[in-house]
Amino acid sequence: MENMVNVFLFGKRYQVPDNLTIMTAMEYAGYQLIRGCGCRNGFCGACATIYRIKGDRELHACLACQTKVEDNMYVATLPFFPLVKEIYDIEKIKPAQQVMMQLYPEIYSCIGCNACTKSCPQGLNVMQYIAYAQRGDFEKCANESFDCIMCGICSSRCPAGISHPQVAMLARRLNGKYIQPECAHLKERVKEINDGAFNDLIEALMQKPVEELQELYNNRDIEE
Amino acid sequence: MYPESLKEAIKIVEEARARNIAMEPRRMTAEEKDALLKQYHPDYKREEFRELRVGPNKGESVPKELAEMLEAHSRITADSVDLENPDYDVDVLIIGGGGAGSSAAIEANNAGASVMIVTKLRIGDANTMMAEGGIQAADKPNDSPAIHFLDAYGGGHFAAKRDLLSKLVTEAPDAIEWLSELGVEFDKDAQGNMITTHGGGTSRKRMHAAKDYSGAEIMRTLRDEVLNREIPVVDFTSAIELILDENGNAAGAVLMNMETRELLVARAKVVIIATGGAGRMHYQGFPTSNHYGATADGLVLGYRVGAKLLYPDTIQYHPTGAAYPEQIFGALVTEKVRSVGARLVNAKGEVFMHPLETRDVSAASIIRECGDRGNGVDTGNGKAVWLDTPMIEIIGGEGTIEKRIPAMMRMFGKYGIDIRKEPILVYPTQHYQNGGLDINLDGSTTNVPHLFVAGEAVGGIHGRNRLMGNSLLDIIVFGRSAGRNAAELSKTVTTSKLTLKHIEEFEKELSDAGVETEAVSPKLLPDYTRRK
Ligand SMILES: Cc1cc2nc3c(=O)[nH]c(=O)nc-3n(C[C@H](O)[C@H](O)[C@H](O)COP(=O)(O)OP(=O)(O)OC[C@H]3O[C@@H](n4cnc5c(N)ncnc54)[C@H](O)[C@@H]3O)c2cc1C
Ligand code: FES
Repeated sequence: MENMVNVFLFGKRYQVPDNLTIMTAMEYAGYQLIRGCGCRNGFCGACATIYRIKGDRELHACLACQTKVEDNMYVATLPFFPLVKEIYDIEKIKPAQQVMMQLYPEIYSCIGCNACTKSCPQGLNVMQYIAYAQRGDFEKCANESFDCIMCGICSSRCPAGISHPQVAMLARRLNGKYIQPECAHLKERVKEINDGAFNDLIEALMQKPVEELQELYNNRDIEE
Repeated sequence: MYPESLKEAIKIVEEARARNIAMEPRRMTAEEKDALLKQYHPDYKREEFRELRVGPNKGESVPKELAEMLEAHSRITADSVDLENPDYDVDVLIIGGGGAGSSAAIEANNAGASVMIVTKLRIGDANTMMAEGGIQAADKPNDSPAIHFLDAYGGGHFAAKRDLLSKLVTEAPDAIEWLSELGVEFDKDAQGNMITTHGGGTSRKRMHAAKDYSGAEIMRTLRDEVLNREIPVVDFTSAIELILDENGNAAGAVLMNMETRELLVARAKVVIIATGGAGRMHYQGFPTSNHYGATADGLVLGYRVGAKLLYPDTIQYHPTGAAYPEQIFGALVTEKVRSVGARLVNAKGEVFMHPLETRDVSAASIIRECGDRGNGVDTGNGKAVWLDTPMIEIIGGEGTIEKRIPAMMRMFGKYGIDIRKEPILVYPTQHYQNGGLDINLDGSTTNVPHLFVAGEAVGGIHGRNRLMGNSLLDIIVFGRSAGRNAAELSKTVTTSKLTLKHIEEFEKELSDAGVETEAVSPKLLPDYTRRK
């Protein structure tokens, strides 16, 4: 037998089985979702949601696709939040501290309330990665923010109006492009290919009858 | 948290763990694989397929659910919209804001074309965002594009179009380089060498990853680049019908605002379909790992204007979908879990197969284990097998799971399962559309001029089965080239008068073939609301 609980979707009460997520509970209640639903599996950040359990003073934030319903849960989805996304040319900017000053100066208004970290459904230390960004330590900011799915919940809680996910996005691109060590074997291989080093090998394979390719495939050596 | 019954069942796995790590599982012979697939793979369940009665692939069999959409009515009639006064007018119209569409947009923009992306949900609400495992490229000294070719060709059952595959493997290192230059953070060692692993069916370790957020890292970077270039993205809007011009060339699309249902017309010199996969069609009732909008729309749009499909009957069921807890039923457990050391174990505690056979073979083998052989574990919601994740920490050392597959740890952690200490339950899930629209080497469809396709909506690059890591690769390689080639072509195109007369012609074909149906397509979204 299914155990039913009361959930209040935008204030209206519905009874739903207790093993549902907030997202599937909405569908159970009859909502055909358009906004607020993307990957349905915790990767896209489309389903940011805030809720409060009746009688509880604390306001919670979560991903609707990743969170089970609870009895007396008051739910409001946050399918869009106006983040600031600054435009820049990745080829022209450099990983220097003033980049953040120029593009996202509001990060220096952080008052250290830590509401961002407390609200992150990925459990990231958001305030810490903003601190790294302030200092121009993009590598640390990138690593600390790596699992960010850009749902925007942190920004919705921020009194300084910071768009944390966009700050982190910039840091990660700077890190990937300018700070991580370059890959020598990749550059070498691209050059070999451009020089046509593999053309004959590939061409030979292209011409072979299927039986021969089957033979080759079934007897190929496999790296341990 | 596991209930008592499963905790009991886990004891068997724990007891056998040391033994199971020490053993060297045998790979199946080609004959064994063949026999296994024929008997157990869902693609061979002929009663789940139906012959098409109309269109360019008339007479060929496709999954019943897809047949229904391909043989359905248009959502509109020709007089629903005003083709004379288009709402948008661009050189290149890209349908679908996933990885393929975004790569195409960036390159078309680079080539100087005016580009627009129209996408069903938000840009990045796409299968690309969900890819965990990684992307293949033969860039290590012991590897070569030729070896990559052979792995993919064999893995795809020798059915790939060879010229497409050769392009895929030859341009792979360049694709990785391009992504790195955009700022994608691949896993590297301190010297900058790529940390690469095996995937099912690879003979060299050529899987590049960004932890287990590989697709997310690629997608969010591409999205950021699209926005930096100020390429217009019309979101929450679907293409519901292609528009041709009087010469039969693709020349735009009818769009529908998903929220207000308003219809809009986009005129374009060239159209690129980049609509992705079909998991949400739930073929044969399988759960799926795909995003919410994966409903094969591109196949339907193309088919109705006469574009041909290739291998629409081959679907990839990922061997390891989550089978417990119910909240994540069907969600992907990335192949990387096996790449880094976990093995598949049945209810008796036996490693019943090599963990890195190709996906179709692995899926069939799990179905056999849970079916005829009776070695499945009862999850309370069907049968499943174990994937013994604690092995990873024993083999790779403590901390390996957190470092290499954090998303997996988090996904199960939310339900009180610590995959470092407890194994997880898996069963095949609908994952990837191997087939799709047939293309030429430049990305254009084989029989509708000015219509290009890129990404999962394409058929033929991988043959009848795709290897892990070759899809993220194909969306970049073929996405970019479609964008470039479409932009180039658009410079030479003058569009004549727009028409939707193909709708009526298709209707006539349906009625001539005696097709009676209430269905309309494309599907756009699955309906999960409870029927009362
Ligand atoms: C969970 C998961 C894990 C995966 N892991 C890997 C991996 O490790 N390695 C690998 O190589 N591959 C992997 N794949 C496969 C790979 O991610 C996809 O095949 C690939 O990303 C598809 O890219 P795409 O751009 O073609 O489609 P998508 O990324 O799905 O984008 C298609 C876009 O088109 C939009 N769209 C659809 N219909 C319409 C319409 N009618 N109008 C407008 N827009 C529309 C969709 O909403 C979506 O935004 C994985 C897939 C999944 C689901
Ligand atoms: S729907 Fe993508 S994170 Fe919830």
